[in-house]
Amino acid sequence: MEAANKGCCCQSMKAQDERYQKLADIIARYAGQPGALIPVLHQAQEVFGYLPNDVQVLIAEGLDVPLSEVDGVITFYSLFTSQPRGKYTIGVCMGTACYVKGAAAVLEELKQQLGIDVNGTSADGLFTLEVTRCVGACGLAPVMNIGDDVYGRLKPEDIREILDKYIQAERQADA
Amino acid sequence: MVTLTIDGQVVTVPADYTVLEAAEAAGIRIPRLCYLKDVSQTGSCRVCVVEIGGRLQAACVFPVSEGLEVKTNTPMVRESRRTTVELLLSNHPQDCLTCLRNQTCELQKLAQELNIRQVSFEGERTHFPIDLSSPSIIRDPNKCILCRRCISVCSEIQGVDILAARERGFDTVVSPAWQEELANTACTNCGQCVLVCPVGALTEQDDTEKVWAALADPDTHVVVQTAPAVRVTLGEEFGLEPGTVVTGKMITALRRLGFDAVFDTDFSADLTIMEEANELLQRLNDGGKLPMITSCSPGWIKFIEHQFPSLLDHLSTCKSPQQMFGALAKTYYPRKVGLDPAKIVTVSIMPCTAKKFEAERPEMRSSGYQDVDIVLTVRELARMIKEAGIDFVNLPDGEYDAPMGISTGAGLIFGATGGVMEAALRTAYEVVTGKTLAKLDFTDVRGLEGIKEASVDLDGTVLKVAVAHGLGNARKVMELIQQGKAEYHFIEIMACPGGCIGGGGQPIPTSTEIRQKRIEGIYAADRDMPLRKSHENPAIKVLYEEFLGEPLGEMSHKLLHTSYTPRLKYRTAAPCKDQEQLAGNA
Amino acid sequence: MAVYRLHVLVCAGAGCVSSNCKAVEAALQDELEKAGIAEEVKVVETGCIGTCDLGPLIVVYPEGVFYQRLTPDDAREIVNEHFVKGRIVRRLLYRPAEDAEPVALTADMDFFRRQYRIALRNTGVIDPEVIEEYIARDGYAALGKVLSTMSPEQVIDEIKRSGLRGRGGAGFPTGLKWEFAYKAPGDEKYVVCNADEGDPGAFMDRSILEGDPHSVIEAMSIAGYAIGAKQGFVYVRAEYPLAVERLTKALNQAREYGLLGENIFGTDFSFDIEIRVGAGAFVCGEETALLTSIEGKRGEPRPRPPFPAVKGVFGKPTLLNNVETYANICPIILNGAEWFAEIGTEKSRGTKVFAIAGDINNTGLVEVPMGTTLREVIFDIGGGIPKGKKFKAAQTGGPSGGCLTEEHLDISMDYESLTQVGSMMGSGGLIVMDENTCMVDIARFYLDYTKDESCGKCTPCRVGTTRMLEILTRLTEGKGEEGDIEKLETLARNIKASSLCGLGQSAPNPVLSTLQHFREEYEAHVRDKRCPAGQCLALIQFFIEPELCRGCGLCIKVCPENAISGNRREPHEIDVELCVKCGACQERCPFDAIIRR
Ligand SMILES: Cc1cc2nc3c(=O)[nH]c(=O)nc-3n(C[C@H](O)[C@H](O)[C@H](O)COP(=O)(O)O)c2cc1C
Ligand code: SF4
Ligand code: SF4
Ligand code: SF4
Ligand code: SF4
Ligand code: SF4
Ligand code: SF4
Ligand code: SF4
Ligand code: SF4
Ligand code: FES
Ligand code: FES
Ligand code: FES
Repeated sequence: MEAANKGCCCQSMKAQDERYQKLADIIARYAGQPGALIPVLHQAQEVFGYLPNDVQVLIAEGLDVPLSEVDGVITFYSLFTSQPRGKYTIGVCMGTACYVKGAAAVLEELKQQLGIDVNGTSADGLFTLEVTRCVGACGLAPVMNIGDDVYGRLKPEDIREILDKYIQAERQADA
Repeated sequence: MVTLTIDGQVVTVPADYTVLEAAEAAGIRIPRLCYLKDVSQTGSCRVCVVEIGGRLQAACVFPVSEGLEVKTNTPMVRESRRTTVELLLSNHPQDCLTCLRNQTCELQKLAQELNIRQVSFEGERTHFPIDLSSPSIIRDPNKCILCRRCISVCSEIQGVDILAARERGFDTVVSPAWQEELANTACTNCGQCVLVCPVGALTEQDDTEKVWAALADPDTHVVVQTAPAVRVTLGEEFGLEPGTVVTGKMITALRRLGFDAVFDTDFSADLTIMEEANELLQRLNDGGKLPMITSCSPGWIKFIEHQFPSLLDHLSTCKSPQQMFGALAKTYYPRKVGLDPAKIVTVSIMPCTAKKFEAERPEMRSSGYQDVDIVLTVRELARMIKEAGIDFVNLPDGEYDAPMGISTGAGLIFGATGGVMEAALRTAYEVVTGKTLAKLDFTDVRGLEGIKEASVDLDGTVLKVAVAHGLGNARKVMELIQQGKAEYHFIEIMACPGGCIGGGGQPIPTSTEIRQKRIEGIYAADRDMPLRKSHENPAIKVLYEEFLGEPLGEMSHKLLHTSYTPRLKYRTAAPCKDQEQLAGNA
Repeated sequence: MAVYRLHVLVCAGAGCVSSNCKAVEAALQDELEKAGIAEEVKVVETGCIGTCDLGPLIVVYPEGVFYQRLTPDDAREIVNEHFVKGRIVRRLLYRPAEDAEPVALTADMDFFRRQYRIALRNTGVIDPEVIEEYIARDGYAALGKVLSTMSPEQVIDEIKRSGLRGRGGAGFPTGLKWEFAYKAPGDEKYVVCNADEGDPGAFMDRSILEGDPHSVIEAMSIAGYAIGAKQGFVYVRAEYPLAVERLTKALNQAREYGLLGENIFGTDFSFDIEIRVGAGAFVCGEETALLTSIEGKRGEPRPRPPFPAVKGVFGKPTLLNNVETYANICPIILNGAEWFAEIGTEKSRGTKVFAIAGDINNTGLVEVPMGTTLREVIFDIGGGIPKGKKFKAAQTGGPSGGCLTEEHLDISMDYESLTQVGSMMGSGGLIVMDENTCMVDIARFYLDYTKDESCGKCTPCRVGTTRMLEILTRLTEGKGEEGDIEKLETLARNIKASSLCGLGQSAPNPVLSTLQHFREEYEAHVRDKRCPAGQCLALIQFFIEPELCRGCGLCIKVCPENAISGNRREPHEIDVELCVKCGACQERCPFDAIIRR
């Protein structure tokens, strides 16, 4: 709680940070409605990219749901996360169709290339690697998605090229 | 009523019974682990399975129906129960010999009852840090079997919502949000979770070693006080019926353990009434903040500090009897007997885990020392008695020491819900009206109903009072106050269901029936007391004459009254909100 | 209204979107403009047409010419040759086998020819984002009929007589369920659609929601009328964003048209639907967990009874059905219960949608009458196993189901027959596995899944699935011990019998059924430390068959560990000490000389 020690500098910081305004709007829209917690968490995660502790507290207070329950719900559902993640989330489908078609080798290759384990984030902060369950594109198995892009009929050999595309794009954006 | 067959026996039971309850009515005890009557019915442990229509069903949640056929003892049932318990054991430390719950553990007992002689499945174990942060409670999630009774108690009965399930599957753990340490949460230390935990996952902090050390130190004078509710429960630890009054044996046991003076918290409970009744009358006369709420339950105090910090001025400023005693034990008492207060160690025997926290509060040092040094729960005292080899049941009766062992029935009934109120009314009535109360028993405020109300005519002024026990009920009352709908003058609130006889430091098990018996024990003892009104306590009269002066006087103010600390509901609240919230409450 | 010469259906189902059908569509539009025939040819985006692995694909009507695996570069040729000159582009047609003649029309493709589409009647045919297209195909006629001519009892009776059973897995008679919800006392009731579709490898519900959302909306309204509910929820998994998007649009359109909301069709019946998006928990497909999740809590199942029909969402009577179940309702209302009851088998009426995936030539979505044999589905419709490999097993019912083997190829696919042989219908996922699949590894895979998805509430499932997975992992790593198979059996039996919900109760099924049919494979893993299918890396070695090796040296080039040596034109050899079993050499060898054993 360093911020608190320094007085309330965060007050103005937060006021400037429009994400908190958005969060307040979301909470206001749902407050008092039954079953609001999960939709609010979805939207809050969209705004912040993850669900940091102070956001969880604001939601708990705004919806009048105990914090322990908010935390219980976040840790129950695999799509909610309280950790910041990479710019792109790579989801390798390990559904049955994909598994039977060799998804494990694709995953292995990604781990190698990125030097991380499942649920890890690459050192450059670009990629978070995750395993997903069937995304319903089984016809194209094995499948992975990077952000909103879906890649099908993957072979481990394809991985380098695909990753490079994102890395290049990032370099260009930086330049 | 419906009629069903259990193991060939025809049973007729009310239609809202579960199979487990019906079996009990038929004299069949189905093993269980997660089910706890009146507290928790999650159907999660699967130990209570029985065969219905060729399939296994959890008896604790399966409703009875007409013509149901239940078998509770078949090869399928036995194999399943055993496998389930073996699975639990396969992810359990099995440290029975050194576990606090050795021989009182429901899992251990179950393994014995089911004749489990090996654990066939082994594999990965979950590993969590043990939470030692709270002065009151230790959480060891490694021993937790995820029965979720503590969650039910903490959220549904106490309404504090500290404990919840987090993560899922094999990684599931019952803990505060973010696996935060208890000391950093709004936990009230009430210990209700400890009372219901079937295993050693939630236990009291054990302070017995500190007491042994003090007793062994020849340079110290160790004084002990015993709370009102202890005398009707301690016997349970030695196999006596709940509600058996064991005051005399307890005093003897304490002497044999080596305490230098054995005193009674009932004495300071009488003192509390003197201060509190006068405070109430003062508030009534001077237009002070009303309703006034009692302040003797530290679980309740921590609750209001976190949950309703803006309503703190409703609290009586009186310290709890434990802390009034502590302050006097290091001022009045040494002066009277000529001792150096620095050499005095005060120990209290409490029904309560929250008292451990209370004793450590920085406000509680008005004697110049920590007023109460060590707090033991009933369970800890029982362990010391056993360790010392004292044959408790056959002890002769002893007597409290004077002067701080002299008390009235009014102080004694503090141990049950409604007791503080009744004691206060006995005194307030006589102080205000100057008349003698014809009937001392205010039965309206007794009993286990969640919120009780009464009105008392004090010579024309009608005093409206309410009594709540259990923090869930406390919250309801506080919400009424918040909404301006509480038309009471005086409210008694106790954190624990049933009051201190159901406290978090009491013998395990503590159930509704057991609470009822303990309450009966308390009121029976009150009936037998020669003096039953606090203001008639001769030792209290002397205390005022010799030392304090008068109720609410300067000395009282210094030693017997206190102030409260607004606290955050969530420590890690957004920093700005913290400040707003606290500023708003200040 | 404009009259078009040609209609081009572009599949925009999730599978095809992933293979970039949008670019193909854009290229087509572009070329149509260039050719100046944009006014004559209407391009329609549809939901999944069924043959997802052939995507991006289009179907050109009136004839129904089927073009597959398109790239944007193909657009010019299709437009100029086919649309302008009327000459079919043979190059882009579907060939059932590499050397077979191409098939031009969907009507001639085995994949389509053998199907009977009720639930999928509109999927892949209409533009799901245009309500008029739905209405043009009798959309909302059933709701109109129900509201104007039928009492709730009559509706329920119709559904009961049709013999429709729940398509979400358990096959519970739908009409009976509606009746329970109708009879449950209470003014406030809810209708819920289970679109959580967690079974990996299954995408029936996704395709219906994406391809024909109104069919579900209309059916839920009918259900609302029948049981006396005013509010519905569709619980969709978060992994289906396109389904959520299309459903949202459809709901808005229906509201605009007065087909949803207050006083539908001017009657005093009011009904509305809200979407709830899941957050990644398979167990939320289980009905009580789903209801708990709608309430905003951890999706932990609750004991039944009380059943949702009595005590469901927010404690109120709730009717819960699967997407495909709802998709069958309107045709039943319009065509009558008798019509429906004539399709399928005695106890399993109507059709079933299957999602076929895995080692099969035509992956995709098919709807066939109940009672169709597994052989027809896999070989006639699915086109058999790729690369001429042998069929080994098919898993139905996903992680809750079991496997079928060669001996079951001729069983009738209906609820009873599948259960009888130790599998189950489940939601319709059908994963085909070829001879190279290790059944112990597959069982391990499923247990890994259920262990991961266990909610953790009850002991047998929480700890038991972990223990089973540990044993199975041990087996695939060559560390199996004598007695492990028996332990698996004990655990399986007890977890099944005593778990709180269907997840735990069915989690051991894949183990039990693979044990039943492939016990010798388990024994080989335990006793001989051998993986007969050559999949478990710890148990195999790569080996060059000297008689087959021609000494071409290609394998040497790909081996990352330099584990292969040999002189040119002489048999090569693998140094097992150095080999890390990456399999690269085996893929590379043109003469199939490298084997695993
Ligand atoms: C673990 C588990 C997962 C399930 N997942 C789904 C699912 O994804 N979709 C579904 O419709 N039903 C699923 N079910 C079945 C539902 O509980 C329920 O039976 C079904 O939705 C009822 O609808 P129906 O009668 O129309 O089939 C699942 C059941 C279990 C035990
Ligand atoms: S909790 Fe019970 S079973 Fe576990 S170690 Fe302690 S006494 Fe033994
Ligand atoms: S019960 Fe057995 S294991 Fe435990 S202490 Fe006694 S002898 Fe030892
Ligand atoms: S001590 Fe009381 S408040 Fe604290 S966790 Fe236990 S039950 Fe909850
Ligand atoms: S801590 Fe105790 S009461 Fe709470 S879930 Fe674990 S075993 Fe049960
Ligand atoms: S009611 Fe009694 S036992 Fe419970 S917290 Fe208060 S003082 Fe302690
Ligand atoms: S069977 Fe598994 S998923 Fe179902 S309640 Fe038990 S732990 Fe949860
Ligand atoms: S399997 Fe891989 S490491 Fe082994 S020989 Fe072949 S290429 Fe080399
Ligand atoms: S690639 Fe095949 S044929 Fe060529 S050297 Fe290697 S094993 Fe022999
Ligand atoms: S199994 Fe991977 S997309 Fe379905
Ligand atoms: S006692 Fe019935 S399930 Fe635990
Ligand atoms: S998604 Fe296009 S055919 Fe299935």
